[in-house]
Amino acid sequence: MPDHDHDTPGREALRAEALESLLREKGLIESEAVDAIIRHFEEDVGPMNGARVVARAWADPGYRRRLLEDATRAIAELGFGGPEGEHVVVVENTAGVHNVVVCTLCSCYPWPVLGLPPAWYKDPAYRSRVVREPRAVLAQMGLALEEGVEVRVWDSSAEVRYLVLPERPAGTEVLGEEELAALVTRDAMIGVAKAKRP
Amino acid sequence: MSARAIEHLDATGPAAPPRRNGELVFAAPWESRIFGVTLALHDAGLLQWEEFRARLIAEIAEWERDVRDDEWSYYLCWLAALENLLVAKGLCGRPELDARGRALAARPPGHDH
Repeated sequence: MPDHDHDTPGREALRAEALESLLREKGLIESEAVDAIIRHFEEDVGPMNGARVVARAWADPGYRRRLLEDATRAIAELGFGGPEGEHVVVVENTAGVHNVVVCTLCSCYPWPVLGLPPAWYKDPAYRSRVVREPRAVLAQMGLALEEGVEVRVWDSSAEVRYLVLPERPAGTEVLGEEELAALVTRDAMIGVAKAKRP
Repeated sequence: MSARAIEHLDATGPAAPPRRNGELVFAAPWESRIFGVTLALHDAGLLQWEEFRARLIAEIAEWERDVRDDEWSYYLCWLAALENLLVAKGLCGRPELDARGRALAARPPGHDH
């Protein structure tokens, strides 16, 4: 990364620094506010939030029903909300249906439950290919689906952001919510993987 | 899928640098700064999320249409979208942005951030 070398910051880094320093001088932003936002997204927001939502849905049928009916509200029950989390829709994987999420236009993603999207989610290759040939993309990412399984691709947008409710793995009947949450990965909630087995 | 995209897939694998929330969120410090600046402007009511998103979509679409030989950088599209929006809204002038960039580039080696 060129930015690690303080003697020769990259062109993009200079442009970003120029913009921030000008806005600061104009009194439009404060560095402390920017610092706090970055810290929040790097440390407090992430897929561990979504994992708690999924674990609760597995453990509590009433919560699962509320989550499928109005995900934004059900997610708020656990204290998660904020930018990019206003209109979340949860789609449920079953033995016969596998859901996978993409944003074909940019990178729409439910921040409060998944944090910021990984690089591959924003990559043009994933965004265009998963719509055309989802099975091939999923197989390439390590998820081979059986032939009889229907694959549904959901295009997140400004209006709706999708979150996948993965299938609860077998042999997890005795686990508590915290142990269940540890099985739920970001990739499982985008739909490019299944939940881990205990 | 291009070799570049495969690299991106691997960048989020087990070898990715650890973060407290389990994610590699930003690949370089400037990416996190520009992200934070955008949200701070939004929180201050200086930009609407939808108008920013529209600019971001346009930048990404332009990259995909015209400049495929350039290296893909999501946050470069983000940076361009933010610059264009702020110039369009009159919050920043293009000449002063360029001048500030040149001034920062001319700093002596080993300057203090």
